Amino acid sequence: MDIYHEIAPRFQVEIDREACRLCERCTVNCTYDVLTFNGERIVAKSENCVSCQRCATMCPQGAISVTPGKIGFPPHGTYTERIRRILYEQASTGGVMLAGSGTDLPYRVIFDDILLDAAQVTNPSIDPLREPVETVTYLGRKPDHMVAAQDDGRLTVDRGADYPNVRLSTPIAVGHMSLGSISYNACIAIFRAAREFGIMVGTGEGGLHPDFYEYAQVINSEVASGRFGIEPRYLKDVAALEIKIGQGAKPGHGGHLPGEKVDALISETRMIPVGSDALSPYPHHDIYSIEDLAQLIGALKEASRYRVPVGVKIAAVHNSAPIASGIARAGADFVTLDGLRGGTGAAPRIIRDHAGIPIELAVASVDRRLREEGIRHLVSIVAGGSVRYAADLVKILALGADVAMVGQPVLIAMGCRSCQMCHLGNCSWGLATQRDDLVRRLDVDIATKRLVNMFHAWTEELREILGALGIDAVESLVGNRDRLRYVGPNPRIADVLGIKHAGEPWSD
Amino acid sequence: MTESFFNRPIETPATPPGRVERIGEACGIAALVNVDGTRESGARVGKMIRTMVDRENGLGAGYAAYGLFPDRADLYCLQMLFDDRAALEDTRRFLAANFRLDADEEIPTHAVPSMVGAIPICWRFFVAVPPEVPGDEDDYVARQVFRINGEMPGAFVMSSGRDMAVFKGNGWSHEIADFYGIEDYEACLWLAHSRFPTNSPGWWGGAHPFNILGLSIVHNGEITSYGANRRYVEMAGYRCTLLTDSEVIAYAMDLLLRRQRLPELVAFAALSPPYHFLIDEVEDDNVRELLREVRKNYRPAMLNGPFSVAVASQTPAPTLYGLTDRKKLRPLVAATSADDNTVFLSSEECAIAILGEDATEAWAPRAGQPVISGVGRGLVWRGTEDYFEGLEIAFANA
Repeated sequence: MDIYHEIAPRFQVEIDREACRLCERCTVNCTYDVLTFNGERIVAKSENCVSCQRCATMCPQGAISVTPGKIGFPPHGTYTERIRRILYEQASTGGVMLAGSGTDLPYRVIFDDILLDAAQVTNPSIDPLREPVETVTYLGRKPDHMVAAQDDGRLTVDRGADYPNVRLSTPIAVGHMSLGSISYNACIAIFRAAREFGIMVGTGEGGLHPDFYEYAQVINSEVASGRFGIEPRYLKDVAALEIKIGQGAKPGHGGHLPGEKVDALISETRMIPVGSDALSPYPHHDIYSIEDLAQLIGALKEASRYRVPVGVKIAAVHNSAPIASGIARAGADFVTLDGLRGGTGAAPRIIRDHAGIPIELAVASVDRRLREEGIRHLVSIVAGGSVRYAADLVKILALGADVAMVGQPVLIAMGCRSCQMCHLGNCSWGLATQRDDLVRRLDVDIATKRLVNMFHAWTEELREILGALGIDAVESLVGNRDRLRYVGPNPRIADVLGIKHAGEPWSD
Repeated sequence: MTESFFNRPIETPATPPGRVERIGEACGIAALVNVDGTRESGARVGKMIRTMVDRENGLGAGYAAYGLFPDRADLYCLQMLFDDRAALEDTRRFLAANFRLDADEEIPTHAVPSMVGAIPICWRFFVAVPPEVPGDEDDYVARQVFRINGEMPGAFVMSSGRDMAVFKGNGWSHEIADFYGIEDYEACLWLAHSRFPTNSPGWWGGAHPFNILGLSIVHNGEITSYGANRRYVEMAGYRCTLLTDSEVIAYAMDLLLRRQRLPELVAFAALSPPYHFLIDEVEDDNVRELLREVRKNYRPAMLNGPFSVAVASQTPAPTLYGLTDRKKLRPLVAATSADDNTVFLSSEECAIAILGEDATEAWAPRAGQPVISGVGRGLVWRGTEDYFEGLEIAFANA
């Protein structure tokens, strides 16, 4: 039973009374029950505000300000305001705290402790505006070597050991955000942008709405423990398949989609009754071991006639390296690593904030382990969970990833303010919601163009950095840790990453 | 050139000091092969390399000669440098335990007064793989070479092929030529290298050519993809003990040409591949498909950054390859003699012109395209052709 307790609001909403013309646009835009018109003036219930900024952005008068709560908590270094709020809320509800998005705890971002090399004199840098600098990437298993023979004027290539690969125009893939976690319009915008740009999009575990098959050439279908929405064409008509074992936001947990979000559209897509919770089992109940996983990989390859690569996604955890090795040996064509800061539509806050390891460390250790075992070519490494912008993209590739997976940057490009209330389904920007009136707020054409712009900008920045490194094809960056240097406080991290400290020249 | 106190190290140990840094460098390369197998002294190749004086600074030079020991052509020749007698004796014991040691001798050397610093002991061993050793002989020899170079202090294997040897050290190209007396040797294929290191540990083993078994390489450039290439060849069992990008090229070529038995043109397309947009423009469906397959499958083998190389391979017959990066950021010219019997490669045309009547037509191979010529084969690829021109490409088991 909820026992409510008054707490000072996190944000303070204030109306400039002189500027406000009582148009009430803010009351229409607010989805968190903060702003109402009482017949005389706009009034704000600041305690409900999540700082999504929708009202302030839409106010034609600029009359609304949203600031941090004005009632200061008594300072305390141990019982921080965050922890006290958790305790108040749990005492009120008695429940497991939910949260959306990725963890907002200020864990040190290792990306920010890494610096890039640049070419000088002995190896000329390359100007990507004048010279080709290539970003084409192939996702999938590679043969140990090619088999070819030349005899007189005839060169015969044996394709018996060839494997399906997905060709990406740039080493970026959009992570798995299901219809359900995000809106129909957001999905369509992502699919269109990906098709225009030549990259891949994960479906999430929500199945594919019939309208989405138009974009099958860029779709990576996720097979999760709930098996929601899986039908023959979900496996046969797409570009890649991915078994989801875990995700960075909630290692060890399955998906959560509250019944409130399961409307007719979601029902049709996930193939579950309207209003029912879509809670995926924590493990796959047909996968309790690596050999079970190998069977599902094999089954998916059979089902898709060996036409597409089949990958496995795991949360980045302490033991990722040997797990990834097992996945490669189990027959997967790519392994997706989702780091500590990976996002989610809804997850228990305790696991979002406290389980897993940073993606930088996971990629470095997995890449190293696969090389030590001589099986790095068996899988492409896809890595995500806080690849925030192009700088992180460059660094994750140099640490050993073939492809960077992005989620939150995609949402931010479409307007997300990172208020982390995705689990409530009231997203005022039309992203993490299924409410038709809110979904319509996202203009698909504009969102598509903004995404294409962002992918373009990232790719151009990647090419700028490659050129500065004297590298004209992205494959020569992958795993090239020699071009990174560490400037953080903990040399042990540099050891795990396999990079030198800044100031140390090229050497072993 | 004016001598300076500052461009010559005083101490030049034969083995890497405790902390060896990978070095970038500019260099001169020169090479020739007589395609009828005629053997000639190192005079001409020495003249070629010495001509390009701007390309060296006295911190390393070397030569490789093929068809060198016709009387012992079945034996592996381990051409070695030692810091001291103890290292030599340690190695002799190691070789006796792991090989059939057929003969060994001191490598003839001549005092060159201008050379400063410690001069290593130069010694060569002719060995055979014991019949009871299972598996591939070449792989076995390569493993032992890596063990010596990686684990035995004071000992360094300069070359380990059959019927060939590498002669290299710290000095100007003319000094190293005189030191080893390369004009006293007869070979059908010669490589030469002069060096302008930008940061030198002053180590004899760090000079070019780099060798593994029958494969030797002289290299001008700096591989910006070194980390990716290194991890790739290490996955295939190679150990990069020398910390140079030239070494990693040699191993990548050994892996693709010898162990994976890739046709030469396929291997070079993997190492210095055409751009995707050029592949897309290829009209022949099978050529286009093959180039795409190569790029997909050999991503970590691609050599990026500025380079030109001349490579010699011993099997099946002495073969000379030239290759540049696909932007051709380092120079390479090729030429044939008037009688078409000799094929020359060099960094600059002056090295061919200095031979006067010997070298006539010189040409510039296209960026990223190999020059291939060999004993018994002649000049088979000029590097000016289209990709796989004249070859019928077929796919099996598609």
